[in-house]
Amino acid sequence: MTNTNPARANERKLTIARAMAEATAQQMRLDPTVFVMGEDIGEFGGIYGNTRGLIAEFGAERVRDTPISETAFIGAAVGAAQDGMRPIVELMFVDFFGVCFDAIYNLMAKNTYFAGGSFRVPMVLMTSTGGGYSDGGQHSQCVYGTFAHLPGMKVVAPSNAYDAKGLMTAAIRDDNPVVFMYHKGLQGMGWLGTVPGATNHVPEESYTVEIGKAAIARPGKDVTIVSLGIGVHQALEAAKRVAEHGIDAEVVDLRSLVPLDRETIRASVAKTGRLIVVDEDYHSYGVSGEVIASVVEHDLSVLKAAPVRIAYPDVPIPFARVMEQFCLPNADKIVAAIETMLGRQTVGEPS
Amino acid sequence: MTPSREQKLWMYEKMLVSRRFEEAIETIYLEGKKPVFNMAKGPIPGEMHLSNGQEPCAVGVCAHLEPSDVVTATHRPHHQAIAKGIDLKRMAAEIFGKATGLSGGRGGHMHLFDPAVNFACSGIIAQGMGPAVGAALSRKMQGKPGVAIAYIGEGAVNQGAFHEALNLAAVWKLPVVFVVEDNAWGISVSKAASTAVPENHVRAEAYGMPGHLVRDNDPYEIFATAGKAIAAARNGEGPSLIEIETMRLAGHFMGDAETYRPKGEKDGLTLRDPISRMRARLIADGDADEATLDRIEEAAQAEVDEAIAFARNSPDPDPADALTSVFV
Repeated sequence: MTNTNPARANERKLTIARAMAEATAQQMRLDPTVFVMGEDIGEFGGIYGNTRGLIAEFGAERVRDTPISETAFIGAAVGAAQDGMRPIVELMFVDFFGVCFDAIYNLMAKNTYFAGGSFRVPMVLMTSTGGGYSDGGQHSQCVYGTFAHLPGMKVVAPSNAYDAKGLMTAAIRDDNPVVFMYHKGLQGMGWLGTVPGATNHVPEESYTVEIGKAAIARPGKDVTIVSLGIGVHQALEAAKRVAEHGIDAEVVDLRSLVPLDRETIRASVAKTGRLIVVDEDYHSYGVSGEVIASVVEHDLSVLKAAPVRIAYPDVPIPFARVMEQFCLPNADKIVAAIETMLGRQTVGEPS
Repeated sequence: MTPSREQKLWMYEKMLVSRRFEEAIETIYLEGKKPVFNMAKGPIPGEMHLSNGQEPCAVGVCAHLEPSDVVTATHRPHHQAIAKGIDLKRMAAEIFGKATGLSGGRGGHMHLFDPAVNFACSGIIAQGMGPAVGAALSRKMQGKPGVAIAYIGEGAVNQGAFHEALNLAAVWKLPVVFVVEDNAWGISVSKAASTAVPENHVRAEAYGMPGHLVRDNDPYEIFATAGKAIAAARNGEGPSLIEIETMRLAGHFMGDAETYRPKGEKDGLTLRDPISRMRARLIADGDADEATLDRIEEAAQAEVDEAIAFARNSPDPDPADALTSVFV
């Protein structure tokens, strides 16, 4: 178990948005080469609040609103990073990668390799993910797997503010490009519901959470639920419900997708013998399949049951609330999967 | 702004190195590809985009640059790389895919990176423009001297990245100069068939920056125009765009049958080959005599021979090194 953060009542709690902004501000104070650019990240403070307060402290030169021009400003971040800066650049919704992916996966992710390591691209691309609030199919996707599939970029996706601050600090200090994928449903915005567990204790001092290390969000012995971002909270809720019926579920919070902490996943499944993966990204060719492959190609004998994935169906995300909610992973689906896997009826009303 | 005699001779020398280098590459590229052309065969596999004919665009601009200035170049990068002062031996080795190459064989001829002279190129049209803007932003933010040059072809002006980069450079008034090498062809599609305006320098006006046109591949005019644009960028006056009418003497890539060229076009281009024109001009203007130019020729050939020999004699990379350098 690494970097767990048991909250205590009298300790300072932050939202993920505040935690990201605090990490950024602390690094900007330490390192004059760190700067932020993106759409509405200045006076507005970021649509999802993660740059709030930065422009007041650091000014518009280092907290730079851009035109709506992702190809140019992400490409510019690559050029600035290669020239000695440490840009933090925001892609407002990850869905928008379609207009600028060349700068991301062909430049940001590949230049270090093409240069044989003689060019460095120390930049952070932060981007919002996820749906559940009926924002339609171009403002609700996760596409974790798309980014994680393509080599040359580290990818992180925190489930809570403590990890968000530590991963953000680590990402800014990293000499490689890091994609920081934050889920809108965890961000702590007043105008958008937030899962309570995402807002947790965050120390004031600067610290890092190591990129590439998963966390055991809840220890257990009967079944492993691997997830990331908002899915961790759904898994914790499901674990709580099945615990009332004597099932002890372990929840693994991936935190990073690249590098993927296969060791922690394998160790957990070796202990429980059962694996459920919860992923809000599309079902096929994605994170859920990769997590399962990490286990089965390593040691098939640890499994007592066929692994199960609970992911977004392979359809574009619909607007209508009932349709979107039907498609999204949730605690009920996880409970049902656990129940089927363990071959017994456990479901009760949530307490 | 006129080049000094010394600058003229430097330009001529670099043009010659580029031309001799590409002649060598052209010959070696075909080794193992006859009688049946197979791009995967021979000591230099893959696509090969030669820049012969376009050398004036490289030297006329790079004559004004320091190693610390940044250049982003295209899929057709040899002339620009050489004019920027890239390590020719390691560039040759990279083109051969050797362990001693600039990137140990990971990049190839479209992905040449030399941090010593801040040179990078990339394989997709208009792709280097954003990074050039970012390098210029970096210099401005850090208060460090330096300009960035983004080389593109005329085919790049219809890419979104072109328009986004021009706007961003202008709105932030950055020290970057966009250089359009107009060789009239985007692979097989002519500029007239692809581009809504006959000349692309006018597009600069749409972004509030000066746009210049240099006709007829003239190295001295390129030098003069680039000199003004680069000086303006260094003085904090912001970006500009230079369009150069140049020529692609070869096909888009080696193996291109060029059936799309109008009959006789190539013959006309060869008559206007910038290397022979510059040689005649240096003599006519009294800047150099035959003997001086012959010495430059010999030195250029020797430099190329040395680089090619270095590449040929270098070892292949360890195949498993393919798995390294993804991250630093």
